[in-house]
Amino acid sequence: MDNVKMGHHISGQFDKDLDDIRNKVLTMGGLVERQLENAVQAFTTGNLELAEQVIKQDKDIDAYETSIDLECTQILALRQPTAFDLRFLLSVVKIIHELQRMAHKSVRIAEMAIRLDGNDGKFPRYELEHMAELVIKMLHDALDLFARLSVEGVTAITDKDVNVDREYDNILRQLITRMMEDPRNITRTLDVLWTVRALERIGDYSCFMCEHLVYMIKGQKIRLTKGDEL
Amino acid sequence: MINQEPLTHALNMNSYINNDFNNTDEVKEVCIQVKDLNLYYGDKQALYNVNMDILKKKVTAYIGPSGCGKSTLLRCINRMNDLVDSVRIDGEILLDNQNINDKNLNVSALRRRVGMVFQKPNPFPKTIFENVAYGLRIQGINDKRLLAETVENALRGAALWDEMKDRLNDNALGMSGGQQQRLVIARAIAIEPEVLLLDEPASALDPISTLKIEELINELKEKYTIVIVTHNMQQAARVSDYTAFMYMGELIEMGATSDLFTNPQKKQTEDYITGRYG
Repeated sequence: MDNVKMGHHISGQFDKDLDDIRNKVLTMGGLVERQLENAVQAFTTGNLELAEQVIKQDKDIDAYETSIDLECTQILALRQPTAFDLRFLLSVVKIIHELQRMAHKSVRIAEMAIRLDGNDGKFPRYELEHMAELVIKMLHDALDLFARLSVEGVTAITDKDVNVDREYDNILRQLITRMMEDPRNITRTLDVLWTVRALERIGDYSCFMCEHLVYMIKGQKIRLTKGDEL
Repeated sequence: MINQEPLTHALNMNSYINNDFNNTDEVKEVCIQVKDLNLYYGDKQALYNVNMDILKKKVTAYIGPSGCGKSTLLRCINRMNDLVDSVRIDGEILLDNQNINDKNLNVSALRRRVGMVFQKPNPFPKTIFENVAYGLRIQGINDKRLLAETVENALRGAALWDEMKDRLNDNALGMSGGQQQRLVIARAIAIEPEVLLLDEPASALDPISTLKIEELINELKEKYTIVIVTHNMQQAARVSDYTAFMYMGELIEMGATSDLFTNPQKKQTEDYITGRYG
């Protein structure tokens, strides 16, 4: 499927340019995935070194975003792509933007890990870990679809977002209860809340990625998160 | 959450979207109907069962690789293929519901209604004025005032008047290629046809002249139905409302230009417009 869509241009250089962009997006996606995993691990285990590493690595992702964006602009200007090629480039520009935002949210989680410094052992660990697991899986699957240039199973990803949101509400309720029980908990609890919120947003970004993928592959502009059907 | 209602309202987004993008009320009047058209050059079939509607006061572009039959199809619309000996045509082309392949049809009258401009500008070795007035003169119109008026209007219509108004008595062969092509368009519209056929009108021109021709096409479609053949896909994308993709004598896909270039339905179309091996 992907070879049919990507390659076989009369201009071999064009094939190479597009392939190069695709590989870069996948590398960037892999980095973002690792950042997210590390950030969550740093938060749940209080591993500050790992948190620092996540914060430091963010610039690599920014660099990827800039470089891919410039390459896409270059191709648009030089080759005036049409049809799938055009949709591919436009979607890539949006997808790398989503990836970058996910990376920023991962940094946010790492910052919260440092702020809490292992001080709050009482956050709803089980729920948070479950939520993180779902979110990581969503990102992983979305990147997998991008690699295969397929939309098969795209709804399985967006369906997971419903569970993420449910878990988010659940944790939020617990955190509110803790804040009401003892106002001295508020600052720390809010830090946990920012983390949970960041995870919830990362889930949304994966859904947006899926929407960009649907446009890329099928040419349909739909809002999966708002119940549009393929 | 930020309430986005006021913003949407202020920008009047909804009415913009409804009016400009999904304007379904617009009347789409068919000007030319091609029905089951087959064309043979001797034994060789060049067009296979072509069916299409060309809408009034819209620009329709034919694209496709060399030899796919797009020029042949274009030339059918004003019976230019009559000039080729071995041609045989089946099927109908209806111009305002009248079959133009009818044996009793006056071909000169048809060509008065369907003007044509070719790839290379072909002005007559006469003055600029006489070039544009030629169509009227052969109709026997010699009224000086009427001629002057028509020539001026035609030159204005072809965006040449401002450049040429002081040079009307110069020889047309002294004009630049781009100017000559616009002069030829002026000559075609001087007799006020209904349809303009443009066969690669900009392929021999420099980029600036090309843009001028494209701009001109955009203005001309207010008055004329335009069918254009072009090798330059970006040009088709820029100037046309509808695009037809042809391949090996068949009409593969026809649709609104904006759809065809972003989301073609047929693989052959996609391969062609994205520059892949057919």
